[in-house]
Amino acid sequence: MRLLKIVPDNTNIGFVKLRGWAFGLTLLLTIAAGVLVGVRGLNLGVDFVGGLMIEAKFPGDAPIDNVRKHIDALGIGDAQLQQFGPKDTVSIRLPLPPVHDEGATNALVAKVQTALAQDHVILPFNQVDTVSGKVSDELIWKGIFAVVAAVFCIALFGIVRFEWQFGVATFISIFHDVLMTLGFFALTRYEFDLNIVAAVLTIIGYSINDKIVIDDRIRENLRKYRQMPLGELIDLSVNETLPRTVMTSLTILLALASLLFFGGHVLRGFTAAMMLGVVVGTYSSIYVSSSLLITLGLDKSRFRQMEEAGDKKKAARARAERIGPKA
Amino acid sequence: MLDFPRWKIASILGVLLVGILLAVPSFIPESTAKQWGLGFAPRINYGLDLAGGSHILLEADTADVAKSRLTNMEDTVRGAMRKNTPAPIAIGDISANGNTLSFFVRDPAQVDAAVDTARNLTQPVGTTGTRDWNVQVVDSTRIVMTQTQGGIDQFVKQAMTGAVDIVRKRIDALGTKEPTIALQGSDRILVEVPGQQNPAELKALIGKTAKLEFKLVDTQADPAKVAANLPPIGDQILPYQGRPLAVFRQAILTGGDLKSARQDYDQNGQPSVSISFNAKGSRAFAETTQQNVGKPFAIILDGEVISAPNINEPILGGTASIAGGFTAQTAQTLAIALQSGSLPITLKTVEERTVGPGLGQDSIHAGIIASAIAVAAVIVFMFLTYGRFGLYADLAVLINVFVILGLMAVLNATLTLPGIAGFVLTIGTAVDANVLINERIREERRRGRNVVQSVELGYKEASRTIFEANMTHAITGLIMLLLGSGPVKGFAVVLLFGIATSVFTSVTFTRMLVALWIRRQRPQAMNI
Repeated sequence: MRLLKIVPDNTNIGFVKLRGWAFGLTLLLTIAAGVLVGVRGLNLGVDFVGGLMIEAKFPGDAPIDNVRKHIDALGIGDAQLQQFGPKDTVSIRLPLPPVHDEGATNALVAKVQTALAQDHVILPFNQVDTVSGKVSDELIWKGIFAVVAAVFCIALFGIVRFEWQFGVATFISIFHDVLMTLGFFALTRYEFDLNIVAAVLTIIGYSINDKIVIDDRIRENLRKYRQMPLGELIDLSVNETLPRTVMTSLTILLALASLLFFGGHVLRGFTAAMMLGVVVGTYSSIYVSSSLLITLGLDKSRFRQMEEAGDKKKAARARAERIGPKA
Repeated sequence: MLDFPRWKIASILGVLLVGILLAVPSFIPESTAKQWGLGFAPRINYGLDLAGGSHILLEADTADVAKSRLTNMEDTVRGAMRKNTPAPIAIGDISANGNTLSFFVRDPAQVDAAVDTARNLTQPVGTTGTRDWNVQVVDSTRIVMTQTQGGIDQFVKQAMTGAVDIVRKRIDALGTKEPTIALQGSDRILVEVPGQQNPAELKALIGKTAKLEFKLVDTQADPAKVAANLPPIGDQILPYQGRPLAVFRQAILTGGDLKSARQDYDQNGQPSVSISFNAKGSRAFAETTQQNVGKPFAIILDGEVISAPNINEPILGGTASIAGGFTAQTAQTLAIALQSGSLPITLKTVEERTVGPGLGQDSIHAGIIASAIAVAAVIVFMFLTYGRFGLYADLAVLINVFVILGLMAVLNATLTLPGIAGFVLTIGTAVDANVLINERIREERRRGRNVVQSVELGYKEASRTIFEANMTHAITGLIMLLLGSGPVKGFAVVLLFGIATSVFTSVTFTRMLVALWIRRQRPQAMNI
């Protein structure tokens, strides 16, 4: 059987040579994403802004205009209607009633239900979420804190396990990945809720995974080819790991695609964010983080000194473990 | 590398087998499992977004705590000064404002005694020597008691522990299965009730303070003053059917004197709540009713008079009935609330999420289909790319799926909707370790090494990368678990389990399979 090879053997793509263009493009996209988030803002869900969210399902296509008419007639504040999922489902977002006592939100939900029942076959609501302003403020801070903490911890890991340049390069490219994801949400207006924070954290985790594999190969090659210029060495490392990078990204995209198409509408935003994250993360692993090492001035001579001064016993043990002729 | 002694093979297979077996009960319908005597077996716990149900986050009303402590202290101070030995202390102009209670002592000679008495009413907080109230003398005869933040915090802490118990009792009385009632932070209680789709009913039940009091009605009170909300000394004015009613402050009985409460019907067939008192309560009730035949008796719930019947004859049996325009449902709710005791603190709902049963079912269904398709797609893709090695990786992924589920069942972790997403993602990343290994093997083959050497170096070189990469991945998982809430946590749990099990299955397990193959076949060439 002939096996599938997505990436041909022994590729030799000059990634480092292209880095000027890549940096320019990346910078442009990142700024665009930042501006987009700043200007258009994110469509924050009730998790983060507080309020009441009702997901109503109708026997057929949801009569959006009619639903809007009925809800506006209730005079309960500025209602937002959204429809991202199946055609028969509509989500209604309402501000919380000003007097927040135990009965007030229940009464509001009941009001909406009665109003809709005038014209439509009434089904029990799929989902009702009520989040008070206090809790939503906490959730948003917790979310931001989690993302920031993750990025910092990982950069720290990179610095401790590798060199500071690896840590910083990873930090920058993760920052880029997160910003691009936020830009995607600002652009598509998909609701940004707690689930999406999980998705963003996952993207960080995955993207890091990807970068560490390349970083690890660079470190290995730094030991192996002590005389090779850094640019050439990075190109070699990225090319060597390219089949793996592409293969893994594809399997994950394959798995996520099945979730996107068959996983139900509740997870759609979440999955879309992750798919985008995989693409962006893979891109930034190849073009941004490794090439940044040159810009940041990874010092080969210092690395070599450290290696040589390093534990010789370890090297001896490693040699002894090998079977067969040396490379 | 080829050195896989029998015990090692046995223990690897043993571990995986146990993991798989643990997952099995979750696939059998619950009723069938019980028939087979497997009712005890651990099952995967579905989160509310999958099972449907209500999630309510309650928060203590700390402003209310400060206020009610102040009112209580006012009563306590009055009583303590009156009962002071050797001589009662006459005080006046008592007023509560903000965080302070102030009063003046009529006889300046008694100021020191009054301060001592007031100090004795305070409690130490923690070990720092501070007390829950500060007592000070201002203007030589005026005593000011200020409640400290430490005192309020300590009260809230104790009250919350009690409140969790009471909320649990109330929810248990509903008979729903596997509710979660947990203290969150210092002043919140999380309540999750699977299968309960009516949060209004749930809130009516757990939000009720259910402070029950029996007080005598003051029939002598001047109706004009009562109407103007001016209570005679020793009285208080409470609403009764929309009108003010004067009752004596002193409670004859409280909810604490109850033995039990249940929903019943009165002689007119109207829903009511039957209560029975404990020994002390029965005695007090008998005594009071004997002495006050013909007078009205107020039954007060949460500061509102729900009925004020006349005492027709002494009630000696230690039981009573509360009627007051109940429906069967509200009487039931009240009975449960009374039975479980009154909440020591007022709770407000700050977050509420309800998922209908239909959506949960749809989500599970969609999740299972998506997972199955993801597994199938990944399996085919891996096989097409790596042949025999791909098959080994596939086997590892399949086992991995079961082991994660088994682990989750045993550790009673909850599977949520994002958890399913985490699951699908894990399937995608689980093969990453094998991709790393297999690509290494390919590289080594290209460099002209023989089969055994390539395999050996492939596993060895890739292992370090796998470790580094998964460590960072686990860091994000841990952060999600520690800092995240709700769905983020559910996702993190699956992700962490996935990382742990996938490293084991994709490195150790496949290595064993490869070693066994090489030992048996002694291949000279391989297709990878």
